[in-house]
Amino acid sequence: MTQPIDKLPDAEILLADLAAQLKPVITADTALVGIHSGGVWMMERLLPLLEKNLGHPIEHGRLDVSFYRDDFGQRGLHQDTKPSQIPFEVEGRHIILIDDVFYTGRTIRAAMNELFDYGRPASISLAVLVNRGGRELPITPQYCAHEMQLPAARNLQLMQDAQGRFHFTLEESD
Amino acid sequence: MYNPQLTEDGKLRHLLSIEGLPKTIINQILDTAESFVGVAEREVKKVPLLRGKTVCNIFFENSTRTRTTFEIAAKRLSADVINLNVSTSSQSKGETILDTVDNLTAMHADMFVVRHAQSGAAHFIARHVQPHIHVINAGDGRHAHPTQGLLDVFTIRRYKPDLHNLRVALVGDVLHSRVARSEIHALTTLGVPEVRVIAPKTLLPEHVERLGVQVYHDMTAGLKDVDVVMMLRLQNERMAGAMLPSAQEYFKTFGLTQEKLARARPDAIVMHPGPMNRGIEIDSSVADGRQSVILPQVTYGIAVRMAVMSILAGNNG
Repeated sequence: MTQPIDKLPDAEILLADLAAQLKPVITADTALVGIHSGGVWMMERLLPLLEKNLGHPIEHGRLDVSFYRDDFGQRGLHQDTKPSQIPFEVEGRHIILIDDVFYTGRTIRAAMNELFDYGRPASISLAVLVNRGGRELPITPQYCAHEMQLPAARNLQLMQDAQGRFHFTLEESD
Repeated sequence: MYNPQLTEDGKLRHLLSIEGLPKTIINQILDTAESFVGVAEREVKKVPLLRGKTVCNIFFENSTRTRTTFEIAAKRLSADVINLNVSTSSQSKGETILDTVDNLTAMHADMFVVRHAQSGAAHFIARHVQPHIHVINAGDGRHAHPTQGLLDVFTIRRYKPDLHNLRVALVGDVLHSRVARSEIHALTTLGVPEVRVIAPKTLLPEHVERLGVQVYHDMTAGLKDVDVVMMLRLQNERMAGAMLPSAQEYFKTFGLTQEKLARARPDAIVMHPGPMNRGIEIDSSVADGRQSVILPQVTYGIAVRMAVMSILAGNNG
């Protein structure tokens, strides 16, 4: 264990750390894609930080992977699906997927499958605030601000308050 | 109360009519359809949700357009699709509806899309099928055509998002229209405050006002200040009876022309479930005009049917 469970990391510090990791890798061919909902909130906060002094806007989009999840057969369709929006040409683009918490890797697999239905990217990498351990697929984040081990019975979630500030909550999973 | 459309825990199991559907489920279908609209604009217009599932379109009554849109919807969800025009196959050899359904079940069908000239046919099949099989009513007699009603509401919501502030008029053959019934139920359930029907007395069902609509018999008063004009198809075969004097006479009184449309709000939209009788219920200049959203209705119909199929397929106990 890298940290006791009762001490959750400060999500605002992690976001600044992640922005610093991403800043040097952004080029004209980079596009950011946030995964609903935490990843989209993060992307909206990261964009102004990463575009500062860059000289051009960064292409970006959002994915709701409900139609690509591998647990549809068990759990049915997610109640609250949001439209995916990829308003740029995926072909040849270096895409950075953005999500709040990396766990099993199944969401990222679904996101990659969905992206390929828009075109063939040059590369896909993954940026997350927290890697909580427990991956079940050969997928791992390239950019990660914090690592910790959590038991499967716990659900780490990014929350956003009315001022748009981030914090984590830890709940018993259903 | 037992509702054959819902599972024990209140999820959608079959889609048979909009009547009796909770507002939450109607909204879930419409919200999910929003997500499917974008899928059709991508390089690959398919999602893998129904991969490995078999959808059977059983059409006891012909309807090329409805069958095609269900087929496209199922294929965009990656399902395998079988089309049966039963009127031309085994029923003419004497097989019963339930035998047809049992045979398809033995072939491991997962979903039936049913069109039948008799009201209640889809309910009848839904009562009979095994628990893992889902039934969608694609039109039964004069009773219901729920996906058409849903796609119409979806279209309205896309152009006029504030449903609580709308005046909607349905014009034409309400009596024989299963679409009209489904639309009225959907609109009133979602809180549209004013739904009007405009039709000659001979084309209105008795006590139509009990559905919560205001009744008009002339276009001038009925179309005044409406936000949405929904034209209904005039069934040509009704002309043969004594219900209407002639097509020309009908067009003169109830056909939608630019002149009559000018009574509606300037930003009103014009809808039609198709197929249109140009020059009978609607003038070509209106059907092809700037206020017409008749072709977007067709496009959205696919997204709405994808939403219905994917929600049903996910609710397996």
